[in-house]
Amino acid sequence: MPKAHTTKPLALPAVSPRLLATAAGFTGIMLLLAYLVAFDQGAISQSGMYLHELMHDGRHLLGVPCH
Amino acid sequence: MPLTHGTPRYIQLLLRGLLAGLIAGLLAGAFAYIAGEPHVNAAIAIEQAAAPAGEPGEEPLVERDIQSTVGLLLATGLYGAALGGILATAYTVLRRRLRTGSDTTAALGLAAAALTGIVVVPYLKYPPNPPAVGNPDTIDQRTAAYLAVLVLGLVAVWAGVLAARTQTHQWRRAAAGTAGFLTVVAIAYTLLPTFDEVPDDFPATLLWNFRISSLGTQVVLWTTLGLTYAGLLNQLADTLTRTGRPEPATTP
Ligand SMILES: [Zn+2]
Repeated sequence: MPKAHTTKPLALPAVSPRLLATAAGFTGIMLLLAYLVAFDQGAISQSGMYLHELMHDGRHLLGVPCH
Repeated sequence: MPLTHGTPRYIQLLLRGLLAGLIAGLLAGAFAYIAGEPHVNAAIAIEQAAAPAGEPGEEPLVERDIQSTVGLLLATGLYGAALGGILATAYTVLRRRLRTGSDTTAALGLAAAALTGIVVVPYLKYPPNPPAVGNPDTIDQRTAAYLAVLVLGLVAVWAGVLAARTQTHQWRRAAAGTAGFLTVVAIAYTLLPTFDEVPDDFPATLLWNFRISSLGTQVVLWTTLGLTYAGLLNQLADTLTRTGRPEPATTP
């Protein structure tokens, strides 16, 4: 049978409690990373205000309240 | 009889989300540099002109040249990667509930939901401000309100989807979805506080241009993220189809 050119959808891993726990953990890390860019003022990064000031323009242009 | 298909692991989906997000963030950063930085610089010039004269200028922690290049790309790149990871996680967990046989539709649908919920809805309530606009005394209230509108924007999209699914007729689905979405948005906009902090003498054109460039940055981020992630999923599906276990010989 000739193979069609449409891509078959991925067969996905079953959504088990274990997968949900892993997913929740990674989501927490991702949210922390986003927080670091958007809101942190040294509490998370432990870099004083350096990272906050470094990413200042990104915050404004990503629509986050800055000051 | 469906083709036997290798099943990707969550980590494979997640890594592709992070990669797509990093690419999207860097592209958004490049857009922001070209379209947004001139307005940021103009606003900073106004801010400095307004500063009391004769005061010794504080040594900046980070040079402007660094903020507007490396710092900008670092911010958009990290932010994009984080959002890409969250998009991939949402895809993994919600894929079966999206009721589509196409990974492209699924990825683009999730990206469109995010663009609506955490960009467009927040943007229209709290349009972003350039430097020199905004009262430092209200930053905590504005930050809390911004986080609240992000969450409520996603709730509004979710309400729209749920409302649409109560109907079977296509037009009624569209109407119910719109009504569900707009109801939540209207309630959120009414309940959330309003801030009007643009100085009277701040140039209107500069404010407009800055806000459009900020919207453009976020639209570039989400459209690139959706398209790139969809492409990587298709490529993964093709690879798994080719390398997946061969069908048993007994299958006709
Ligand atoms: Zn600022």
